[in-house]
Formats: sequence, C-alpha cells, structure tokens
Amino acid sequence: MTVTTAPPVVAFALTEEQKLLVDMVRDVLKDRATSERVREVMLGDDGFDEVLWTELANLGLTGLTIPEQYGGAGSTFTELSLVFEELGRRLAPVPLLSSVVLGAEAVLAAGSDEQKGAILPGVAAGTTRLALAHLDPAGRLTADPGVRAVRDGDAWVLDGTAGFVVDGRTATHLVTAANGPDGLELFVVAGDTAGVERTDLEVLDLTRPMASIVYSGVRVQDADRLSGADAVAALHRALEAGVVAIACEQAGGTQETLRTTTAYARDRVQFGRSIGSFQAIKHRLAEMLVASESARSAAYHAARILAAGEREELAIAAPLAKSYCSEIYEQATGHGIQIFGGIGFTWEHDAHLYFKRAKSTKLLLGDPKHHRALLGQAIGL
Amino acid sequence: MATDERKLVDEQIEALFASHPPADTPEREFWGAQFDHGLAWVQHAEGFGGLGVSPRWQGEVDRRINEAGGSTRNRYLNVLGIGMGAGTIMAHGTDEHQQRFLRPMFACEEIWCQLFSEPGAGSDLAALATSAKQEGDTWIVNGQKVWTTLGHLAKWGLLVTRTDPDLPKHAGLTYFIVDMEADGVDVRPLYQITGEAEFNEVYFTDTPIPDDLRVGEVGQGWAVAMTTLMNERVAIGGSVSPRGSGSISLAVEAWEKLHGQDGDPVQRDQLLSYWAEAEAMRLTTLRAKEAAKQGTPGPEGSTAKLHWADLNKAITSFTMDLMGPEGMTYPGGYEFTRPDQTSNRGTSAHKAFLRSRANSIEGGTSEIMKNILGERVLGLPGEPRVDKNIPWREVPRS
Repeated sequence: MTVTTAPPVVAFALTEEQKLLVDMVRDVLKDRATSERVREVMLGDDGFDEVLWTELANLGLTGLTIPEQYGGAGSTFTELSLVFEELGRRLAPVPLLSSVVLGAEAVLAAGSDEQKGAILPGVAAGTTRLALAHLDPAGRLTADPGVRAVRDGDAWVLDGTAGFVVDGRTATHLVTAANGPDGLELFVVAGDTAGVERTDLEVLDLTRPMASIVYSGVRVQDADRLSGADAVAALHRALEAGVVAIACEQAGGTQETLRTTTAYARDRVQFGRSIGSFQAIKHRLAEMLVASESARSAAYHAARILAAGEREELAIAAPLAKSYCSEIYEQATGHGIQIFGGIGFTWEHDAHLYFKRAKSTKLLLGDPKHHRALLGQAIGL
Repeated sequence: MATDERKLVDEQIEALFASHPPADTPEREFWGAQFDHGLAWVQHAEGFGGLGVSPRWQGEVDRRINEAGGSTRNRYLNVLGIGMGAGTIMAHGTDEHQQRFLRPMFACEEIWCQLFSEPGAGSDLAALATSAKQEGDTWIVNGQKVWTTLGHLAKWGLLVTRTDPDLPKHAGLTYFIVDMEADGVDVRPLYQITGEAEFNEVYFTDTPIPDDLRVGEVGQGWAVAMTTLMNERVAIGGSVSPRGSGSISLAVEAWEKLHGQDGDPVQRDQLLSYWAEAEAMRLTTLRAKEAAKQGTPGPEGSTAKLHWADLNKAITSFTMDLMGPEGMTYPGGYEFTRPDQTSNRGTSAHKAFLRSRANSIEGGTSEIMKNILGERVLGLPGEPRVDKNIPWREVPRS
C-alpha cells in the first residue's frame, strides 16, 4: 500500500534573517567566485579556493549547522541550504559539502560528546576540513566498504582503498568507513597519517575534486573511532543530508543556467531577430522555467523537512529532491549549451562547467534511479 | 484590522448557521442565504454577496460550511458563473447587472456559460468573427461559438462579439450577457473523443440582445474579456490537491492491481519518476500559494497550468501502458453522455487518458502558455505580428 497520510507542512517563505543571509552570501560570491577565479582554482593545484573558504569561515558559514556548544551557530539546515543554492549558482570550489555536511553530520551522528567537542569546533572555524571516505574503489556504496579495520591492542590498523572521496586529497581529516570485526566503523583519520596515500582522480567536474585514498597499515587510536552511536545509522544520516545539500546546489545551478541562457537568447540576433523571439528557443526556455520552479520546490521542501527533523517525511523528500533535481539540472544545462550554440561548446564559455557539474552531481551519492528506488520503498511502491 | 475582519466574518457565519443550518437547509436556499450574509465572495461589497474584507477569509468560510455539513459545490456546478462571470460583472457590470445576476448565479438558480472561442478564433481569440449589429436599443447577433462548457444547462452566457470589423482586431469587440433562451440561440452538443459532450457548439442566428445587457463600453470587449480570463486563472489555481491524488493515483492503482511488487523494474522506475514530478509540481503550487498570500508572487505562480497539462498527459498515457491489454478496452463504451459537470473530476483511467489530451488545448494551449512564460516571465521578445494595426476585415483568416 502506498502512503496516504498528509505530509507535514513546512513554510517555504524566508524569514528576514534568512533573506539577509542570502544577500550576504551573494555579495561575497559575486566578488570572490567570479568565472575567472573559479577557473583559476579548478586548474590550479590547491584543490579548493582557500581565500574564499577563509572568508566563508570568517562569516560563520562553515559553522552554520554546527551546534553552539561545539563552536557553531546552531542554525538549521534551511540556512545552510540557502548557502548551497548560492554556491550552486557560482560553482564555487569550496569543501562545504564534504566537510560541513558529509563529514560533520557523520561526526555529529556517530561521535561521542568528547569526540564532537574535539573535532567540530575546528570544522565550524573552517580550519578542520573533513572528507567522507565511505565508498569502495569503484565508487559503490555497499555494506562492505573498501577499507578493513583490524584491532591491534588499543589501536586499529586500516588497510584498503576508498574511492571517489570528495575533496579527499585536501581534507585535513578523513572520516573513514571501514569494516571491523563487529561490522561497520567510522574512524577520523588525519590526512597526514603514515600509510595514507591520496591521489586526485581525473574528474569530469574540475570544480569538485575527488580522490582515491589508499590505506596501507594505517594505525589509528581507538579514541579516533566514532563511538557515540551506530555507524551505519550515522552514515545514513550524513548521506541523507548530503543528498539534500546537493539538490539545493542543483536547484541553484539550474536557475543560474536559465538566467544566463535567457539573457543570451534576448541579446543574440540572427535573421534580424533576437533568437529568443523564435518559438523553438522561447519554448525551450519556458520548459526550463517550469522544470526549474518545480526543482526548487522539491529541494526547498527537502531542506526544510531535514531542518524540522521529520525523519519519516525526509525518507520521501530527500530521494525525491535528489532524483528530480538531478534530472532537471542535467536537462537544463544541456539545453543551455544548445541555445548558446557554438560558443556554448567552447572551453572559454562557462556553459560546460555547469553541464559537467550537473552530470557529476547526478551520479554523486546515488543516481536518480537509485533514489527513485528509495522513494519507492518509502511510499510503498 | 485583521481582528475586526475576523470578527465580522465570524458574526456573519454564526448568523447564517443560526437561520439556515448548513446540513438541513436545501442547497439553493442555503447558497442564497450565504449570499445575503455577504459570505459568497467576502472581498466584494456588502449587498453584493460580500463584506468588503480580505479574500483570504473565503477559505475559512468555505471550510466552516463544509465542516458544518453544508455544501460549496455551487462553485463547481456553476463554475463559469461563479468562477468567471461574477468577477467580470463586479468589475465592469452596471449596478442593475449586479443586482439582477449575482444572487441567482451564486445560488445556482441560473447556470452560466462562456461564449468566447470560435472555430476560427482559438488561440487567437481577438480574431473572433461573431458579429453584433446595433438596431436602436437592440443588438442583433450572428455567428458560431465552440467549446461552450455547460452551454446546454445555461440560462446566461458571457459573450464577446465583433461590433466594428473596420478597426484592428482588439479594438472592434464588445461584451454582452446573452439570454440562452432568446430567439436564434441553438445549443448543440459537441461529441468529444471520450464519448461525452461536456462542451457545446452555440449558433446565433439574428439573436437579439437588449443594449442594457452590454457589459462595458462598445469597443471595450477585449478588456472585459481579459477580466473574465484572469478570473479563470484564479478559479483554476485556487486549491492544492493532496499528495498522490489526481492522475498519479490512477497510475498507482493500475500498478498495484496489475503488477504489485513483482512489476517490471523499468516501469516501476518510470512510475516513481512521475510520482516525484507530480509531487514537485504540487509543492510548487503550495509555494506559489504561500508567496501570493504574502504578496510576493514569483515565477512559481505562472508555471502550474503548463506543467500540469503536459504531466497529466504523460501520466495517463503511462497508466494505459501499465494496464497492458486492458488498455485496449474502453469500459462503458462511447455511448453519448452529457455530464452536468466537467469530467475532469473523478474518472476512469481510460477516460482520463483521452480527456487529458484536452489539457494542453483548453484554457490556453501549451504553445501559447510557453509564449506567455517566455515573454512575460522571462522577458523574451514577442513574435513578429502581421495583424497589427490593420482592420480586422483585412486580416487573413482560415
């Protein structure tokens, strides 16, 4: 049977404070995440924009969702989702998804109070940058990750390979999922620990690096094993938050693609008319608008449900948003390149950056088919 | 201010319920009394079915009536009157029009229809050809209208005519209220692909209309018609359906009945894809409603019609695919029926499949909707126009 109960109602409208937050983030990104700067970082060796990251940290944005007792602002995920929407518009290369969402949510859910107190203030300040290493070398999420943990007295020894770790090369700490004698464990491993070898993958979307991480006899203290709660459930929570953050980022990217493409269709003249006056173009843009608005709704709803802690509804809202926004973002960026025409196929134009971000995020943390299967389970179909 | 309004509305509801218990009063009598208490359309003036308060109280009024066992189905039974005619008459009608027509309209004592589209004027409504020629205090109407919902039940029609063929097309139009029982009015059912006739064709042959049933000035028909169409948008976009309702519920039903958990994984994925899209669209209407209520409407309010039409067609077609061989049947057959409500409400998967084809045609085709979104929301330039500033008479027509 399918779910028939009415979903919880959450308001979409932004509060005055939230509007100010959006304005603040936009202002910063307008100056700091220009096309030139994004390209400089994506082609450089730093792996992320340290200048922008520091600025975001100084504004308190890296600690938005971290509880106050651990040095954060204790805001809800709704606030953070607004930041993701803006980052998505600009493709700003910063490790907010990897550190503040995937890493910090895992620590929040699985860590002991002591561990949270040790790790999260650094995350909130932006000085600690976490990455979540939970996939096997082929990038699959299975019950058996690519890393094994063996007990050795008071310590653990990790061996194996974790694949497709977002911001894995540059993170200060790796939240590593490993199979131990009692099942899945999460370890917080400093990136410079002996035996850790990190190699950037050649990725489709250069604005979001991913690394392959080889663990060769890596010794970790038991104190660095997250011991506050069940690791499987914690990982699930972190991934659910990650999925919602990506959907918001995708909604932002979709809107930006529509905005720039529409502006071009107004300005570009062929056959003595602006190409946006041709129905072939106008109608495609109208279809993009329809899809973009619904993608926003799905993403906003998921973010607010996550913020409200409505776990049952989140099991519907999160996979719905991730699957829908992924499809729409990819379509929109594809239409974008087509409408820009020849210039849209060039490296110098930004259309391909969004197209690549769209495809990459569609496949990140589960493709649409995977999420639709989760949705089906949640609604009983 | 808001508290005063609430008090006023509450008082009228209590007075209405005291004199006319909603569950025990015959429907038409109740609706008449509802009108007299200013609870028909609260935003309008006192004495004309309103209280002069914010329209947001109407939802509260309707909710309380339904809770008390009363009916608000007059809004569907007389959808063209209450949904579109009322707003037009209040904006452009004379005091006499308002006194004469609004109460019987709201009470469903008189059903209304809309006479806009013609065989030669669909998307291009302003090209319409039905003529009205003045003879003293009377106008003589000749022509043909189509897609006239409820025309066979209507007492009154909202009619747009051409009164001056020598002016450019928008300028030569005049708007009337026409008595559907007058001489020369011939209402014929329009047999649709579903086997039903929700709609009609209406022929006018030397039909007389007294000048005092003209709405607005001669030549101002386009502006009045736009008011009617704006009210249509509001009437359609007023409510948000529950999650999983509408055509997706038919798809889910077909899936569970014919496949269940053993269904084809490709079809399951497709079903979930449609479910997700239907829910995203539903959330958009919720978001639009919230934004409109706060006075900050954005693009989310303009996309619903287009999205719904195209998605509804896709889902109902997919539902037929899910049913396999049963999708080749048409239960109940095509025997001619003439429903007293539009058949968008409550219907079989087979009929929904056929009915949905009209969704992207009625109330603005999807092509026209895309032009509107492109031009008014996205700010793209309009189409080149060959019929601008030339007499309607000289514009090529098919």
